[in-house]
Amino acid sequence: MSKNKQSGFFANYTQLLIPLIAIIILVIFNLFRDPSFFSVSLASNNNGQPVLQGNLISILNGASELVILAMGMTLVTAASGGQDISVGALAAIAGSVFVKVLKGGASISPFTVILAVILCCAVAMIFGSFNGMLVSVFGIQPMIATLILFTCGRSIAYWINGGATPTVESPIINAIGSFIPGIPVPTPILIVILTGILFCVLFRLTTLRLYIQSVGINQRAARLNGINYVGIKLLAFMILGACCAVAGVIGVSRLSLINHETLLINIEMDAILAVAIGGNSLGGGKFRMLGSVLGAYAIQMLTITLYAMKVPSTDVKAYKAVVIIILVVMGSPVVKEAFDRRLKKYRDKHQTLTGKEAA
Amino acid sequence: MKKIIALMLTGCMFAALAGCAVAPAPAPAAPAAAEETAEEAAPAEEAAPAEEAAPAEGLIKVGVVNNPPSESGYREANVNDFANVFTEENGYDAKFFYSIKNDEQLSAARQFITDGIDYLLVSAAETTGWDAVLKDAQDAGVGVFLFDRMIDCDPELFEAAVVSDMAQEGETAVNWLLSLDLPEYNVIHIQGAMGSDAQLGRTGALDEQFESGKMNKVVQQTATWDEAEAKKIVESVINSKEPFNVIYAENDGMAKGAVAALDEAGITHGVDKDVVVMGFDCNKWALRELLAGNWNYDGQCSPFQAQVISDMIQTLQSGGTIEGLNDAKQIISVEKGFDAREITEEDIETYGLGE
Repeated sequence: MSKNKQSGFFANYTQLLIPLIAIIILVIFNLFRDPSFFSVSLASNNNGQPVLQGNLISILNGASELVILAMGMTLVTAASGGQDISVGALAAIAGSVFVKVLKGGASISPFTVILAVILCCAVAMIFGSFNGMLVSVFGIQPMIATLILFTCGRSIAYWINGGATPTVESPIINAIGSFIPGIPVPTPILIVILTGILFCVLFRLTTLRLYIQSVGINQRAARLNGINYVGIKLLAFMILGACCAVAGVIGVSRLSLINHETLLINIEMDAILAVAIGGNSLGGGKFRMLGSVLGAYAIQMLTITLYAMKVPSTDVKAYKAVVIIILVVMGSPVVKEAFDRRLKKYRDKHQTLTGKEAA
Repeated sequence: MKKIIALMLTGCMFAALAGCAVAPAPAPAAPAAAEETAEEAAPAEEAAPAEEAAPAEGLIKVGVVNNPPSESGYREANVNDFANVFTEENGYDAKFFYSIKNDEQLSAARQFITDGIDYLLVSAAETTGWDAVLKDAQDAGVGVFLFDRMIDCDPELFEAAVVSDMAQEGETAVNWLLSLDLPEYNVIHIQGAMGSDAQLGRTGALDEQFESGKMNKVVQQTATWDEAEAKKIVESVINSKEPFNVIYAENDGMAKGAVAALDEAGITHGVDKDVVVMGFDCNKWALRELLAGNWNYDGQCSPFQAQVISDMIQTLQSGGTIEGLNDAKQIISVEKGFDAREITEEDIETYGLGE
């Protein structure tokens, strides 16, 4: 009985095995290369505030936008069985709205910043629901539906502000993007933790998780059970929209500037990859958000490792591709099944052996 | 029923064929319609002169074919420059056309020639396909000037080309860096999108220094013009504790990203500080950083070609010949590099891009 329970426990967590293995291998590799790679030190920045420093902080900090987008992408993937490829463009739109509102006011006060965040969240959720409507009401493939915003999103972001790279200078923006005075942990990390807690509470208190999974597994069966699948899909896309807004705000605040062409560029592919590395089925259904989060950190760790190794600029993408191929193949059903068979064979053999001994 | 369907299908086929035959015909007359579409991208005031087109006496008629200002901060400044120089007060009757598509640009140029302009000014979307139009212009006695971008054609077909030399920008910047005469050069080199003109030009001169051993390459990495990526690259160098004293970023945004990493790590930068910061493009906000002494150098990629062309047109009008061209009939724009110790408020207003 206890054994069954144990294997059940492991079965719950095998999904997290691939991203965990990836992270552990990268950690070992880096420690081997440079033992002080993960050392964290307390230093003071140019404003004289104490701040934490080190590769570990860089990885956690740098992955923030990707982690938040990967969380939202997990929900969309689970509910619709497809991916949203417009998240980068939508984050650029949200960022532009954020900057536009801040520049509209005479001075930047905490009130205008909150207003700007709320407004850009609202705009991003409207765009998200546009994507969601195409997918849920009109039944268009998610990748095709979001291709529209992927194509025109950055142009829309340009129209909102007009200039090439508008800047907003303010201590409040700086606090969102780097450090709150007195707190040595980068603010984006805190925002990620807060978002994670929000999702945990949401899944604890509501049946959202169950509904999303049932819609993703079988839409018709879900409907027959009284679940409004159109609404659930729409909701998933709107939550992803809000995630895009948060990521956009972080991205803009990091440097107090928005470049609509390069803000979070190509992040949609990394977000989808994080979901896949996290062991979630890209065809929808059951999901585990922690997997996507670990996947996102693994991707960021890979990037920072390549920078630290000083891989030439022209080769970075090739190296990344090789590692990703290995990870994806490791997580593929064929390899998984083969692995499971081996494991079962080994266990059976082991059991018969112990059985004989007992006899 | 079947017959009716067959009849309808045949009808459709004929209609489609007829469509094919007719469609290309209105192309030469397209600019009028195309201008309307371009208006969305172009600020209204710039598109307006094209529509009024009231030919006043004694004005030199000029047709300008350019890329739309929404392309980049560079283009925005470029478009404004031409609109400010080729005005009625300066003795010009100018028409403007903006498109990022070569075929639209070509038909607009044809229309301009038919309208009887004296001079055609072109910044082509693509380098090929212009021979026939330029030949038409020559036959019609229209003088052609190229600006910003070269076209693959016989140099006989145009009067002169005013272009930037990206390699020269890099050399100007590196020479400035050498003039600082630092005891040692440990350079973090942040590159733009690999293979773009700007990246190749701005990397070339610095690569020579790395090869000759005069400068030490701490890291050379592409951030593909992405500010946040540039910050991560500098962070990873700071974390490795390797010493560096120069940041050479191939545009302003990436320089800003690099500076953000320095600020977080408590490393001083700018005039007479620990790290020399260099950027490119001369955005106004970047030049203000220079003025405040936070950065050291900003290299220009000049979008201002209108005055040079205007001067050449005046020379031709007064019966003179254009001088100072190289073998390919080019005039290379003079690219400035701004030093934080010498920059003035006036420079920012004159040469800064954007707001």
